[in-house]
Amino acid sequence: MVLNDIEKLLEKYENGETNLKEEQQLKTYFLKENVAPHLETYKPAFAYFSENKQERFTKKVLLNTKHPINFRWISVAAAVVLLFGFYMGKSFNNNDLGTIEDPEIAFNEISKTLEMISHQFNKGTSTVGYLNEVEHATSIIFKSN
Amino acid sequence: MTQTEFLNIVMPFKNKVFRLAKRLLVSTEEAEDATQEVLLKLWNNKKNVQAYKNVEAFSMTMTKNFCLDKLKSKQAQNLKIAHSNYEDKNTALQKQVELNDSLSWVVKIIDDLPEQQKMIVQLRDIEGYDFDDIAEILDMNNTAVRVSLSRARKTIRETLTNTHNYGIK
Repeated sequence: MVLNDIEKLLEKYENGETNLKEEQQLKTYFLKENVAPHLETYKPAFAYFSENKQERFTKKVLLNTKHPINFRWISVAAAVVLLFGFYMGKSFNNNDLGTIEDPEIAFNEISKTLEMISHQFNKGTSTVGYLNEVEHATSIIFKSN
Repeated sequence: MTQTEFLNIVMPFKNKVFRLAKRLLVSTEEAEDATQEVLLKLWNNKKNVQAYKNVEAFSMTMTKNFCLDKLKSKQAQNLKIAHSNYEDKNTALQKQVELNDSLSWVVKIIDDLPEQQKMIVQLRDIEGYDFDDIAEILDMNNTAVRVSLSRARKTIRETLTNTHNYGIK
Protein backbone atom coordinates (compact mmCIF):
# COMPACT_ATOMS: atom_id res chain seq x y z
CA MET A 1 0.00 0.00 0.00
CA VAL A 2 1.19 3.53 -0.68
CA LEU A 3 2.83 5.22 2.28
CA ASN A 4 0.65 8.25 1.82
CA ASP A 5 -2.46 6.22 2.42
CA ILE A 6 -1.01 4.74 5.58
CA GLU A 7 -0.18 8.17 6.91
CA LYS A 8 -3.68 9.39 6.19
CA LEU A 9 -5.17 6.32 7.81
CA LEU A 10 -2.97 6.80 10.85
CA GLU A 11 -4.25 10.30 11.31
CA LYS A 12 -7.81 9.11 11.07
CA TYR A 13 -6.93 6.27 13.40
CA GLU A 14 -5.66 8.61 16.07
CA ASN A 15 -8.83 10.64 15.86
CA GLY A 16 -10.89 7.51 16.33
CA GLU A 17 -12.50 7.85 12.92
CA THR A 18 -11.32 4.71 11.19
CA ASN A 19 -13.67 1.81 10.64
CA LEU A 20 -12.77 -1.77 11.41
CA LYS A 21 -11.67 -2.52 7.87
CA GLU A 22 -9.24 0.39 7.76
CA GLU A 23 -7.86 -0.61 11.12
CA GLN A 24 -7.28 -4.08 9.76
CA GLN A 25 -5.31 -2.56 6.89
CA LEU A 26 -3.14 -0.70 9.37
CA LYS A 27 -2.61 -3.86 11.38
CA THR A 28 -1.48 -5.88 8.38
CA TYR A 29 0.83 -3.07 7.30
CA PHE A 30 2.51 -2.79 10.67
CA LEU A 31 2.88 -6.53 11.12
CA LYS A 32 5.00 -6.67 7.99
CA GLU A 33 8.78 -6.51 8.17
CA ASN A 34 9.42 -3.36 6.19
CA VAL A 35 7.82 -0.44 7.94
CA ALA A 36 8.82 3.08 7.02
CA PRO A 37 11.45 4.26 9.55
CA HIS A 38 9.48 7.29 10.74
CA LEU A 39 6.49 5.06 11.51
CA GLU A 40 8.52 2.49 13.47
CA THR A 41 7.07 3.71 16.78
CA TYR A 42 3.63 2.41 15.91
CA LYS A 43 4.90 -1.07 15.31
CA PRO A 44 5.01 -2.38 18.89
CA ALA A 45 1.49 -1.15 19.58
CA PHE A 46 0.00 -3.08 16.66
CA ALA A 47 2.20 -6.07 17.35
CA TYR A 48 0.94 -6.13 20.91
CA PHE A 49 -2.69 -5.81 19.84
CA SER A 50 -2.56 -8.83 17.61
CA GLU A 51 -0.45 -10.80 20.05
CA ASN A 52 -2.79 -10.14 22.94
CA LYS A 53 -5.66 -11.47 20.93
CA GLN A 54 -4.02 -14.90 21.01
CA GLU A 55 -4.37 -15.17 24.74
CA ARG A 56 -6.81 -17.90 25.73
CA PHE A 57 -8.84 -18.78 28.76
CA THR A 58 -7.47 -22.23 29.51
CA LYS A 59 -9.21 -23.08 32.74
CA LYS A 60 -12.09 -25.52 32.53
CA VAL A 61 -15.48 -23.95 32.84
CA LEU A 62 -17.15 -25.35 35.92
CA LEU A 63 -20.91 -25.23 35.93
CA ASN A 64 -22.82 -26.16 39.02
CA THR A 65 -25.57 -28.53 37.94
CA LYS A 66 -26.55 -29.67 41.45
CA HIS A 67 -30.15 -28.84 42.25
CA PRO A 68 -30.68 -26.78 45.35
CA ILE A 69 -32.39 -28.64 48.25
CA ASN A 70 -36.12 -28.10 48.30
CA PHE A 71 -36.91 -26.93 51.82
CA ARG A 72 -40.67 -27.12 51.39
CA TRP A 73 -40.70 -30.91 51.27
CA ILE A 74 -38.24 -31.13 54.12
CA SER A 75 -40.57 -29.07 56.32
CA VAL A 76 -43.52 -31.29 55.40
CA ALA A 77 -41.52 -34.38 56.39
CA ALA A 78 -40.48 -32.74 59.65
CA ALA A 79 -44.10 -31.92 60.52
CA VAL A 80 -45.17 -35.52 59.86
CA VAL A 81 -42.40 -36.88 62.07
CA LEU A 82 -43.32 -34.46 64.84
CA LEU A 83 -47.02 -35.37 64.80
CA PHE A 84 -46.21 -39.06 64.78
CA GLY A 85 -43.90 -38.51 67.74
CA PHE A 86 -46.66 -36.84 69.76
CA TYR A 87 -49.07 -39.64 68.94
CA MET A 88 -46.65 -42.37 69.97
CA GLY A 89 -45.61 -40.52 73.12
CA LYS A 90 -49.19 -40.26 74.33
CA SER A 91 -49.97 -43.95 73.88
CA PHE A 92 -46.83 -45.09 75.74
CA ASN A 93 -47.08 -42.63 78.60
CA ASN A 94 -48.98 -44.86 81.12
CA ASN A 95 -48.51 -43.80 84.78
CA ASP A 96 -51.28 -45.91 86.38
CA LEU A 97 -49.63 -48.19 89.02
CA GLY A 98 -52.87 -49.38 90.67
CA THR A 99 -54.36 -48.64 94.17
CA ILE A 100 -54.67 -50.83 97.26
CA GLU A 101 -58.27 -51.18 98.44
CA ASP A 102 -57.77 -52.76 101.94
CA PRO A 103 -56.64 -50.09 104.54
CA GLU A 104 -54.66 -52.62 106.62
CA ILE A 105 -52.57 -53.83 103.75
CA ALA A 106 -52.12 -50.24 102.66
CA PHE A 107 -50.88 -49.30 106.17
CA ASN A 108 -48.42 -52.20 106.20
CA GLU A 109 -47.15 -51.26 102.79
CA ILE A 110 -46.66 -47.61 103.68
CA SER A 111 -44.92 -48.34 107.00
CA LYS A 112 -42.61 -50.80 105.22
CA THR A 113 -41.72 -48.16 102.70
CA LEU A 114 -41.21 -45.42 105.29
CA GLU A 115 -39.05 -47.76 107.39
CA MET A 116 -36.87 -48.40 104.41
CA ILE A 117 -36.57 -44.68 103.79
CA SER A 118 -35.60 -43.89 107.40
CA HIS A 119 -33.09 -46.73 107.44
CA GLN A 120 -31.40 -45.39 104.36
CA PHE A 121 -31.57 -41.90 105.75
CA ASN A 122 -29.84 -42.90 109.02
CA LYS A 123 -27.17 -44.66 107.04
CA GLY A 124 -26.53 -41.33 105.42
CA THR A 125 -26.42 -39.29 108.64
CA SER A 126 -24.04 -41.69 110.44
CA THR A 127 -21.25 -40.64 108.06
CA VAL A 128 -21.86 -37.03 109.00
CA GLY A 129 -20.48 -37.91 112.49
CA TYR A 130 -17.06 -36.76 111.35
CA LEU A 131 -18.31 -33.23 111.44
CA ASN A 132 -18.41 -33.42 115.24
CA GLU A 133 -14.65 -33.82 115.18
CA VAL A 134 -14.34 -30.58 113.31
CA GLU A 135 -16.51 -28.79 115.83
CA HIS A 136 -14.45 -30.21 118.66
CA ALA A 137 -11.23 -29.01 117.09
CA THR A 138 -12.51 -25.50 116.36
CA SER A 139 -13.84 -25.14 119.92
CA ILE A 140 -10.34 -25.84 121.27
CA ILE A 141 -8.86 -23.17 119.00
CA PHE A 142 -11.42 -20.56 119.89
CA LYS A 143 -10.97 -21.25 123.61
CA SER A 144 -7.22 -20.75 123.40
CA ASN A 145 -7.73 -17.39 121.82
CA MET B 1 -31.26 -25.04 28.39
CA THR B 2 -28.75 -27.86 28.64
CA GLN B 3 -25.12 -27.53 29.52
CA THR B 4 -23.98 -28.11 25.94
CA GLU B 5 -26.31 -25.50 24.54
CA PHE B 6 -25.07 -23.05 27.11
CA LEU B 7 -21.44 -23.81 26.35
CA ASN B 8 -22.12 -23.34 22.64
CA ILE B 9 -23.38 -19.86 23.33
CA VAL B 10 -20.61 -18.98 25.74
CA MET B 11 -17.52 -20.54 24.13
CA PRO B 12 -17.13 -18.04 21.27
CA PHE B 13 -16.63 -15.10 23.59
CA LYS B 14 -15.18 -16.58 26.76
CA ASN B 15 -11.68 -15.59 25.67
CA LYS B 16 -12.81 -12.04 25.14
CA VAL B 17 -14.24 -11.98 28.64
CA PHE B 18 -10.98 -13.32 29.97
CA ARG B 19 -8.85 -10.78 28.12
CA LEU B 20 -11.01 -7.87 29.25
CA ALA B 21 -10.80 -9.14 32.83
CA LYS B 22 -7.06 -9.45 32.53
CA ARG B 23 -6.73 -5.96 31.09
CA LEU B 24 -8.44 -4.58 34.17
CA LEU B 25 -7.21 -6.92 36.89
CA VAL B 26 -3.68 -7.44 35.49
CA SER B 27 -3.01 -10.84 37.05
CA THR B 28 -3.88 -13.97 35.09
CA GLU B 29 -5.23 -15.82 38.12
CA GLU B 30 -7.57 -13.01 39.08
CA ALA B 31 -8.76 -12.76 35.51
CA GLU B 32 -9.44 -16.50 35.42
CA ASP B 33 -11.46 -16.28 38.61
CA ALA B 34 -13.40 -13.33 37.24
CA THR B 35 -14.18 -15.17 34.01
CA GLN B 36 -15.32 -18.21 35.92
CA GLU B 37 -17.50 -16.02 38.10
CA VAL B 38 -19.09 -14.26 35.13
CA LEU B 39 -19.82 -17.54 33.33
CA LEU B 40 -21.28 -19.03 36.47
CA LYS B 41 -23.56 -16.04 36.92
CA LEU B 42 -24.72 -16.43 33.34
CA TRP B 43 -25.34 -20.12 33.90
CA ASN B 44 -27.35 -19.50 37.04
CA ASN B 45 -29.37 -17.01 35.05
CA LYS B 46 -29.74 -19.30 32.07
CA LYS B 47 -33.52 -18.95 31.99
CA ASN B 48 -33.14 -15.30 31.05
CA VAL B 49 -30.12 -15.67 28.81
CA GLN B 50 -32.17 -16.52 25.76
CA ALA B 51 -34.23 -13.39 26.24
CA TYR B 52 -31.21 -11.10 25.95
CA LYS B 53 -30.77 -9.93 22.41
CA ASN B 54 -27.02 -9.73 22.67
CA VAL B 55 -25.62 -12.21 25.16
CA GLU B 56 -22.05 -11.34 24.28
CA ALA B 57 -22.43 -7.62 24.94
CA PHE B 58 -24.32 -8.42 28.11
CA SER B 59 -21.53 -10.67 29.34
CA MET B 60 -18.91 -8.07 28.54
CA THR B 61 -20.86 -5.53 30.58
CA MET B 62 -21.06 -8.02 33.42
CA THR B 63 -17.32 -8.57 33.21
CA LYS B 64 -16.67 -4.86 33.26
CA ASN B 65 -18.84 -4.32 36.32
CA PHE B 66 -17.45 -7.33 38.10
CA CYS B 67 -13.85 -6.27 37.56
CA LEU B 68 -14.46 -2.68 38.57
CA ASP B 69 -16.14 -3.90 41.76
CA LYS B 70 -13.20 -6.15 42.38
CA LEU B 71 -10.78 -3.26 41.95
CA LYS B 72 -12.79 -1.16 44.38
CA SER B 73 -12.96 -3.83 47.06
CA LYS B 74 -10.43 -3.97 49.83
CA GLN B 75 -9.29 -7.35 48.68
CA ALA B 76 -7.91 -5.87 45.51
CA GLN B 77 -6.06 -3.18 47.39
CA ASN B 78 -4.31 -5.79 49.46
CA LEU B 79 -3.16 -7.54 46.33
CA LYS B 80 -1.77 -4.44 44.71
CA ILE B 81 1.71 -4.81 46.12
CA ALA B 82 2.02 -8.34 44.81
CA HIS B 83 0.89 -7.30 41.37
CA SER B 84 3.06 -4.30 40.79
CA ASN B 85 6.03 -6.47 39.96
CA TYR B 86 4.35 -9.15 37.97
CA GLU B 87 5.77 -10.36 34.70
CA ASP B 88 3.67 -10.96 31.64
CA LYS B 89 4.43 -14.47 30.47
CA ASN B 90 3.12 -13.80 27.02
CA THR B 91 5.58 -11.12 26.13
CA ALA B 92 8.32 -13.41 27.38
CA LEU B 93 7.15 -16.02 24.90
CA GLN B 94 7.46 -13.44 22.20
CA LYS B 95 11.24 -13.46 22.36
CA GLN B 96 11.62 -14.51 18.79
CA VAL B 97 10.20 -11.16 17.89
CA GLU B 98 12.76 -8.44 18.12
CA LEU B 99 10.19 -6.10 19.56
CA ASN B 100 10.10 -7.88 22.92
CA ASP B 101 11.12 -4.86 24.90
CA SER B 102 8.81 -2.48 23.07
CA LEU B 103 5.89 -4.87 23.57
CA SER B 104 6.26 -4.79 27.32
CA TRP B 105 6.38 -1.04 27.00
CA VAL B 106 2.99 -1.13 25.33
CA VAL B 107 1.67 -3.26 28.20
CA LYS B 108 2.94 -0.71 30.69
CA ILE B 109 1.51 2.21 28.77
CA ILE B 110 -1.91 0.62 28.52
CA ASP B 111 -1.78 -0.25 32.22
CA ASP B 112 -1.24 3.39 33.03
CA LEU B 113 -4.29 4.52 31.08
CA PRO B 114 -7.48 5.32 32.98
CA GLU B 115 -9.76 2.30 33.35
CA GLN B 116 -12.28 3.45 30.79
CA GLN B 117 -9.67 4.03 28.11
CA LYS B 118 -8.10 0.70 28.93
CA MET B 119 -11.40 -1.03 28.29
CA ILE B 120 -12.03 0.85 25.08
CA VAL B 121 -8.58 0.05 23.70
CA GLN B 122 -9.11 -3.58 24.65
CA LEU B 123 -12.51 -3.78 23.02
CA ARG B 124 -11.64 -1.86 19.89
CA ASP B 125 -7.99 -2.41 19.02
CA ILE B 126 -7.67 -5.93 20.35
CA GLU B 127 -11.11 -7.48 20.08
CA GLY B 128 -12.29 -5.44 17.12
CA TYR B 129 -15.79 -4.56 18.27
CA ASP B 130 -17.60 -1.82 16.42
CA PHE B 131 -18.46 1.43 18.15
CA ASP B 132 -22.12 0.61 18.72
CA ASP B 133 -21.24 -2.57 20.56
CA ILE B 134 -18.65 -0.83 22.69
CA ALA B 135 -21.14 1.90 23.50
CA GLU B 136 -23.63 -0.76 24.56
CA ILE B 137 -21.14 -2.71 26.64
CA LEU B 138 -19.77 0.29 28.48
CA ASP B 139 -23.08 2.12 28.66
CA MET B 140 -21.72 5.25 27.00
CA ASN B 141 -22.67 7.07 23.84
CA ASN B 142 -20.95 6.62 20.54
CA THR B 143 -19.13 9.95 20.46
CA ALA B 144 -17.79 9.57 23.98
CA VAL B 145 -16.33 6.22 22.99
CA ARG B 146 -14.61 7.76 19.98
CA VAL B 147 -13.20 10.63 22.00
CA SER B 148 -11.80 8.34 24.70
CA LEU B 149 -10.40 5.99 22.10
CA SER B 150 -8.70 8.84 20.29
CA ARG B 151 -7.18 10.07 23.56
CA ALA B 152 -5.95 6.61 24.44
CA ARG B 153 -4.40 6.07 21.02
CA LYS B 154 -2.66 9.41 21.14
CA THR B 155 -1.30 8.72 24.60
CA ILE B 156 0.00 5.35 23.49
CA ARG B 157 1.66 6.81 20.44
CA GLU B 158 3.19 9.78 22.27
CA THR B 159 4.58 7.67 25.11
CA LEU B 160 5.94 5.15 22.65
CA THR B 161 7.62 7.89 20.63
CA ASN B 162 9.13 9.35 23.79
CA THR B 163 10.57 6.06 24.94
CA HIS B 164 11.67 5.21 21.44
CA ASN B 165 13.61 8.44 21.08
CA TYR B 166 14.82 8.58 24.64
CA GLY B 167 18.44 9.61 24.68
CA ILE B 168 18.56 9.99 20.92
CA LYS B 169 16.78 13.24 20.33
